[in-house]
Amino acid sequence: MLLSQFLVLGAALFAFGVYGLLVRRNIVLILLSVELMLNAVNINLIAFESVLASPEAIGHVFAIFVITVAAAEVGIGLAIVLMIFRNRKSANVDDLNLMRW
Amino acid sequence: MMSRLLFAAEEIHAGDGGWWADTAGVMLVLPFVAFLLILAFGKKLKYKGGEIAVAALAINLVWATVLLLMNANGGVLDQITFEIGHIGSGLVFELGWVVDGLSILMFFLVNFVGLVVFVYALGYMKDDVRVDWFFAAFSLFAGAMLVLVGAPNLIQLIIGWEGVGLASYLLIGFYWEDLDNVRAGNKAFLTNKVADVGLILGAILVGVSIGSWDFGAIDFAAFEGAPELAAVATAGGLLLFFGAMGKSAQFPFHIWLPDAMAGPTPVSALMHAATMVTAGIYLMARMFPLFEYMAQNVRIVMIVIGTVTLFGVGLLAIVADDIKKVLAYSTVSQLGYMMTAIAAGGYTAGMFHLFTHASFKALLFLGAGSVIHAVHSNDMSDMGGLRKFMPTTFWTWVVGALALSGIGLSGFWSKDEILATMGEQGLTVVLWISIAGAFVTAFYMARATFLTFFGSYKGDGQPHESPRIMTVPLVILAVPAAVAGVLNIPGLSLPRLGNFTEWLAVRLVPMGDHHAEAINFGLAAMGLAAAVLGVVIGWLIYYPDKETQLQRDSFEIPVLFPLLRKKYYIDDLALGIVALIKGPLARLVDWTSTYVIEGLVNGVAGLVKGFGVFVYDTLDQRGVDGVFNGLSAAADGAGSVVRKWQSGRVQQYAASFVAGALILVVLFVFVI
Repeated sequence: MLLSQFLVLGAALFAFGVYGLLVRRNIVLILLSVELMLNAVNINLIAFESVLASPEAIGHVFAIFVITVAAAEVGIGLAIVLMIFRNRKSANVDDLNLMRW
Repeated sequence: MMSRLLFAAEEIHAGDGGWWADTAGVMLVLPFVAFLLILAFGKKLKYKGGEIAVAALAINLVWATVLLLMNANGGVLDQITFEIGHIGSGLVFELGWVVDGLSILMFFLVNFVGLVVFVYALGYMKDDVRVDWFFAAFSLFAGAMLVLVGAPNLIQLIIGWEGVGLASYLLIGFYWEDLDNVRAGNKAFLTNKVADVGLILGAILVGVSIGSWDFGAIDFAAFEGAPELAAVATAGGLLLFFGAMGKSAQFPFHIWLPDAMAGPTPVSALMHAATMVTAGIYLMARMFPLFEYMAQNVRIVMIVIGTVTLFGVGLLAIVADDIKKVLAYSTVSQLGYMMTAIAAGGYTAGMFHLFTHASFKALLFLGAGSVIHAVHSNDMSDMGGLRKFMPTTFWTWVVGALALSGIGLSGFWSKDEILATMGEQGLTVVLWISIAGAFVTAFYMARATFLTFFGSYKGDGQPHESPRIMTVPLVILAVPAAVAGVLNIPGLSLPRLGNFTEWLAVRLVPMGDHHAEAINFGLAAMGLAAAVLGVVIGWLIYYPDKETQLQRDSFEIPVLFPLLRKKYYIDDLALGIVALIKGPLARLVDWTSTYVIEGLVNGVAGLVKGFGVFVYDTLDQRGVDGVFNGLSAAADGAGSVVRKWQSGRVQQYAASFVAGALILVVLFVFVI
């Protein structure tokens, strides 16, 4: 019973993330949406680990990995956003369509 | 593969010549070695390579002399050949050398006269242009003639024959800065080429009929009466004689020989005495059994042509003003004697006249060269009175002139033998024409002698005797010119030398020679009387009278002399015929070229072009290109559709990604 509540929370959080990813125009908010999706995954990992209680604590370990990767990703992502903003005076993804045919 | 003589008729007895005959091929090779050496090093040497040429012939003369003496004492008969190739299994092509009475005589003649003339040329050509090239070509000339006379088969004979033709062309046109000399060389070469066709066809006919070009095989087939040779004997004999007419300047092919005087005088001497013009006579002597045993009817043609030559062309010498042309016409006339003699069956008589003629004609030419050297002109109207200035030249010239005229010296004996052969064969008309020819010979030689050496000098400058290097050869040649006749006095056999008839009889088969057994005093007296009469009349007309010589020099017989000056219009006729043929022939060739050959070429080209157009338009443009264009158009179209997906908008990609993930979710959850 408790597990399903966690899964619903994770799914809702992931859905918010997807929505933000597809709808938001500001790059920073898109990055935040990606963070939301990653943390939704983390909630699922922790929830399943608390039920299964594996001796190696695989769920926790993976959650820490995801947090680490997310931190790195945000670090690089924000740096790119900063450089783009400095060059283009804009953080709107609709303006960033140079990589096309 | 080396092979040696295998058979000889039973009646022939001879040794094989041992080492000297086995190595006789050295004589055929040395002049060519000299040719190359002179070309390579001639310019650096003192005599510009002349010493190499002289050395080569001097070594050759050792061989020739040894072989001549061996042949005189028992006979030498040998043949060494190397197979070069063959046609099928039957016709073998060989090179090598034959050593028998006839070839040994020619070896000796070519090398002896050649050596004397070469030494003479050392002096004569001393200050001339291109002396090294002169001696190189001169060596080539002698070498080609040795290849010719040493040939064991018709093929090698043709090789030597053409080599002689080439070398003569090079030497006649030696002073090529003057276009006339070049023309003279061309004339000699082309006239000979016409006749050479006969030789080549004759060689093919005879060689194929009996399956061999070997002279021994041909002589043997003729001797034994082989039917396959008999079938082609007349045609083959005529063709071979046609070839011989060119080289030996028989009427009407004599036109090249006087023009050939354009070359340096030593060339004329060698050409007239030993190398070039004797080739035709040699061929007839070499093939004598064919004419003796089979092609008797060809001999009638030979006799007619020979007789016309000996008298008709001899007359031309009477009006010639160029001293060398007088001698040239006399050579043609004497060649007519030789040809007629051989045709009449006088194998020995013809060759004996060739032998004596070689010495005295070389002597006369070298004498003429000496005179020309002194007065710097060929024209006899620039000479006169040279007897006092050039005693050695004068006396040797007299020896040569007497020998040629047939008065006492070597020419008397050889000419008498020809007359005796004709008498024996019952050729009365030919005999009388020959005696008249002897008169003409003596007359023009008397004319040349009196105009050149008697009377008063009419040229410019002070003439002087030639240097020793030129007069010594004259004296050397004067000896055989005077005494060579004793070699063949009927019934006389000299100690250690034997008899000329015996020398020449050393062949594979008996020659069937018609030879006078004893001196025919009646004919000898008539020949001598005709010659003396010629000299006397010449003396009366051209007597050394200082005041009137110029006047008497213009002695003229109406009708005859103008005709002679025009050379019977034969040169004009030949040119006319050429001119006549030239136009229509050129038009025919042009027409053939325009319509037949060009049509053919155009047709083929059209076909090829059509095929090319088909390949280009249909196969390439529509087929191959079509396939690739279609493929690329398809790729292009697909690309233009698909590339639109590459919008550059990140969120569109993300939407696709999410949609894909959703499809997968639906698939995993509900379908699988």
